Amino acid sequence: MITILLQQMLNGLQVGSVYALIALGYTMVYGILRLINFAHGDIFMISCYFGFFAACALLSNAIPTWLTFIATMMVSMLLTALVAVLIERVAYKPLRYAPKVSAVITALGIGLFLENFTLATLGPTPRGMPSLLPNVNYRLGALSLSSVQILIIIISIVLMILLDRVVQKTMTGMAMRAVSYDKTTASVMGVPVDRIISTTFAIGSAVAGAGGVLYSLAYPIINPYMGVKIGWWAFIAAVIGGIGNVRGAMLGAYILAFVEVFTPMVLPSSTYRDFVAFTVLLIVLVVRPTGLMGRVTAQKV
Amino acid sequence: MGPKSRMTLVLVLLGFVLCLFLERSGLLSAYVLQISMYVGINIILTLSLNLVNGYMGEFSVGHAGFMAIGAYVSSIITVRVFHNQMGPLVFPLAVIVAGIVTAATSFVVAFPSFRTRGDYLAIVTLAFNMIVKSVLENIDALGGPRGFMGMGRLTNLANVYAWCLVTIFVVRNLVYSNFGRAVLSIREDEVASNLVSVNTRQMKIMVFLIAAFFAGIAGALFAHVMQFINPRSFAIQKSTDILVMVYLGGIGSIFGSVLGATVCTVLLELLRPLGVWRWVVGPIMLVVLMICRPTGIMGLKELIGLIPREERVLVKKEETDVVTASN
Repeated sequence: MITILLQQMLNGLQVGSVYALIALGYTMVYGILRLINFAHGDIFMISCYFGFFAACALLSNAIPTWLTFIATMMVSMLLTALVAVLIERVAYKPLRYAPKVSAVITALGIGLFLENFTLATLGPTPRGMPSLLPNVNYRLGALSLSSVQILIIIISIVLMILLDRVVQKTMTGMAMRAVSYDKTTASVMGVPVDRIISTTFAIGSAVAGAGGVLYSLAYPIINPYMGVKIGWWAFIAAVIGGIGNVRGAMLGAYILAFVEVFTPMVLPSSTYRDFVAFTVLLIVLVVRPTGLMGRVTAQKV
Repeated sequence: MGPKSRMTLVLVLLGFVLCLFLERSGLLSAYVLQISMYVGINIILTLSLNLVNGYMGEFSVGHAGFMAIGAYVSSIITVRVFHNQMGPLVFPLAVIVAGIVTAATSFVVAFPSFRTRGDYLAIVTLAFNMIVKSVLENIDALGGPRGFMGMGRLTNLANVYAWCLVTIFVVRNLVYSNFGRAVLSIREDEVASNLVSVNTRQMKIMVFLIAAFFAGIAGALFAHVMQFINPRSFAIQKSTDILVMVYLGGIGSIFGSVLGATVCTVLLELLRPLGVWRWVVGPIMLVVLMICRPTGIMGLKELIGLIPREERVLVKKEETDVVTASN
């Protein structure tokens, strides 16, 4: 029983890490623009395709596999960041001072566009991600650990710590927090607001790009609609943690992943998974209306 | 009843007769009829969501959840309870019961809305949508994920038309009543409206109740056009479709909602020859429209005919005020 529990905890850590990487993008963009970027799940999907094509192109050459893996990751992160910045410049920037919902609807439109553009150009057939790394299974007593699983957890945690440091310690991070706190005052203080917003989009999407490659290593089937489900789950994770809060997003992601993994153990059918996850979400929001780590803001009149 | 109201009544009745005629005479192909019914159903959905999102200023993204409940309840009544007997007689009753049951479920969303606002309430509605879908998928007696079928084609154009008019009538009269003013004040500033003794909790419950009622009705009509429903057809994608229609037409505008629903539905049908590319072109058009007109087609404005006569003067005065102020 304990081994099953531990095993499931490991699986939960793996799933949660991927959710966390995507939830970070939601939360960063929300923190800085107060915009729910509904296209983020589809940006994640695009990053999986970038990873797929990069891997296919690189695998034919005689490069060591670990180098291929790193290169794939880099290419995917870079291209995803580029796409995200492009989307921000073209679609969101003109709406910066428009009603907030217009931007949200635009984000929905962009998401639909990305999905269907991929569908129209690459076809609906799922692609199989080539395995970049030899998958070794380690046994730890009764526990089984795969190298991919370890890799996903470690890379994700390193990325998260890195991101947290960037936001807390660097000049760019400070500027991000300033813009998130008060856009107008930040621009008066000499913070290049537009550039900081673009940087935020780039970083958030690059992290999602890393998540995309890691995800497709673990679940190597890519299709144009894969971003929808994972996007929503990552979004929920961000909200549970308190949207706009980077650490909250990570916490929310792991909570959600554990719920997802442990529900089938308690309830007879795994089809109750969504039901339990969303009930947890509802309860969290009723008890703590701004998420677990969200700031409670007093309303002024 | 003044002469103008009488004329409206005559027009409404004429429209009703026209609907019956168009359907019986076979002038319209089955395809056009089907699309017209979708347009009507979408108008009901859009208007009811506009009540929550446009007039009350919340951001509900789970409208399809209410629609699902209405669709399933009405189908259970017509198929399981009455075994498809006396269809045309039972159907209006089934639709109304579906609406009432759906309205009762709206408390799940209304209560959290007392404390949660904005994006967090959006998540509550989203969760509601997902929970409804998940529960439906797990009830084997209703077909589970396979869906529910066996409904007769009980919805007809006249039916949809009548419910459309009822929705427009109710929403229009609500919005221009004291109740509507209170709802608008919640949108502008909840704390302030509380301070001027608006019972915001009661207002929220009422708005969610009414919106859910009409969403349930739209669901019931939808189920009996399609004659087949499954939980997937009420997923979050459906909710976002309705959202797009609301914001495309313009929030806080009845005519905007009618326009948004019509334009969206018809345009997507017209783009059908494009095949897969239809869903590429459609979103691009949406994004371009949002960038050029962030407040939607109507953008808080209302068709003058829908505004009560006593208030038209106010609207005109406001417009001239704006003009003189900008000069």
